[in-house]
Amino acid sequence: MELFELSVEEAGRRLASKEVSSVELTRAVLERTDRVEPGIRSFITRTPELALEQAAEADRAIAGGRAGPLTGVPMALKDALSTAGIRTTCGSKILENFVPLYDAFVVARLREAGAVLVGKTNMDEFAMGSSTENSAYFPTRNPWNKNLVPGGSSGGSAAAVSAGEALFALGTDTGGSIRQPAALTGVVGMKPTYGRVSRYGVVAFASSLDQVGPLTRTVRDSALVLQAIAGHDDDDSTSAPLEVPDFTGGLDGGVRGLRIGVPREYFPDDMEPGVREAVSQAINVLVAEGATVDWEVSLPSTPYALATYYIIAPSEASANLARYDGVKYGYSYQEGRSMWENMEQTRGRGFGAEVKRRIMLGTYALSSGYYDAYYVKAQKVRTLIRAEFDEAFKTYDVLVSPTTPTTAFPIGAKVDDPYTMYLNDVCTLPVNIAGLPGISVPCGLVDGLPVGLQVMGKPFDEATMLRVAHTYEIAAGFSARPPL
Amino acid sequence: MALSSDEVRHIASLARLALAEAEVERLREQLSGILEHFELLGELDTSGVEPTAHTLPLTNVMRDDVARPSLSVEDVLSVAPRTESAYIRIRAVFE
Repeated sequence: MELFELSVEEAGRRLASKEVSSVELTRAVLERTDRVEPGIRSFITRTPELALEQAAEADRAIAGGRAGPLTGVPMALKDALSTAGIRTTCGSKILENFVPLYDAFVVARLREAGAVLVGKTNMDEFAMGSSTENSAYFPTRNPWNKNLVPGGSSGGSAAAVSAGEALFALGTDTGGSIRQPAALTGVVGMKPTYGRVSRYGVVAFASSLDQVGPLTRTVRDSALVLQAIAGHDDDDSTSAPLEVPDFTGGLDGGVRGLRIGVPREYFPDDMEPGVREAVSQAINVLVAEGATVDWEVSLPSTPYALATYYIIAPSEASANLARYDGVKYGYSYQEGRSMWENMEQTRGRGFGAEVKRRIMLGTYALSSGYYDAYYVKAQKVRTLIRAEFDEAFKTYDVLVSPTTPTTAFPIGAKVDDPYTMYLNDVCTLPVNIAGLPGISVPCGLVDGLPVGLQVMGKPFDEATMLRVAHTYEIAAGFSARPPL
Repeated sequence: MALSSDEVRHIASLARLALAEAEVERLREQLSGILEHFELLGELDTSGVEPTAHTLPLTNVMRDDVARPSLSVEDVLSVAPRTESAYIRIRAVFE
């Protein structure tokens, strides 16, 4: 196995035993990226010089016995995460030249952990999209087939991990933006419980839904990275003041005696038959491992989640994106006669089509006369959706479903129809609406393209969710590598 | 529910978003289509249901009011598009 293909766990083992240095490992990843990046384009900004400096520092830490599980491991960060001194565009022209003054909480944690930054990854502008085609810069291509999208919005992070351009990456997930691209590129993607990870320094999209999480090659790696970034932060009052459990210790406990529910609304009629088949087989693996599976769980509010999400998320986005006014930072139109004209032109020129669409939608849903009909209604439906999950979790330890209804689709296939694009996230966005943890694990190929199994957990019980995902991964022995 | 072009322009002015005429028309069509999908929510009886703003079991989060270092004026000005001495400069607000 090539160095750039290693799991974080295996890389950590080889680094600790001095079989390989971080500089060697980082060089292997950078060289791999030089080779494959022109065809894939995972990165908006690459940071090879910084990576080699950090790798050398990591090697000194390892030599000095000060190494943790991520020390010296090359990683990529979604360009929605603020990095002090390193351009952070969030996939938008409005932040094309923006260099943050401080690190996001998760970035500071990973710097302290000694991880090596190889670059900032491409994404749909402001994380609004499911294909990375809404990037203001260029689309990222799926390492499994370069005519296909990698999913989104964390498509660059998913493609980078899939293609060997980083050993792990961070993404953000507001309606599926980690799990959906993970499924489409054959990697593991996890959205922690809302509040498990600080959002400080994360470019805000929808503040009641956004979470940061890892994209990795294995479930154990996912647990290792979550361990490094989880926990309360005084700078984010919505980060939960809870103890962070040991996420790796219980991974090998198996699923014997666990009760697993399969919500039938997550298998809609128009689902790709191959996806249905692959996910059903994956669930049967969990049965063979000793879990009790109920195939007839019903969450009847599920069909209402999409409309609920597309009211709540744009409403919050329209408020959050009000800050891009060309006054304090970012792109600024200066040719107008008045402040308002400059502000309107800054926003009109700086934002792309999907971002404008969502700002408009959210502004409308929050406007006088429509607030109750749309925004308050959606907040009430959110109560119903969460209550159904709470009820189901009285009986089941986890719920499982497909991550997406289809495998990766061609670049350009859905760009003209926003609602069809939104349907990519039908299986993932209820998890954000209810604030639950969710993880996507590769569960096979259909016509040569990866499929994802989604495991949804109880709030703040990532440990059980990870154990189920890990048990499946080990029992199935499926390890997806793109034919690059 | 179909939006008119004037409604689209009104929403754009609320959002401080300059739109070209072609964008107004495209957004009118697309937003009208999306709003139609939202009518589905009318099927659900939500009388007596409390709205959920966020899913955490938290209400107010309090801390001691203690001063601590924040970003310096120089740093903040360094990323601003237009500055003058220790200020950010913009065009006149009142015309």
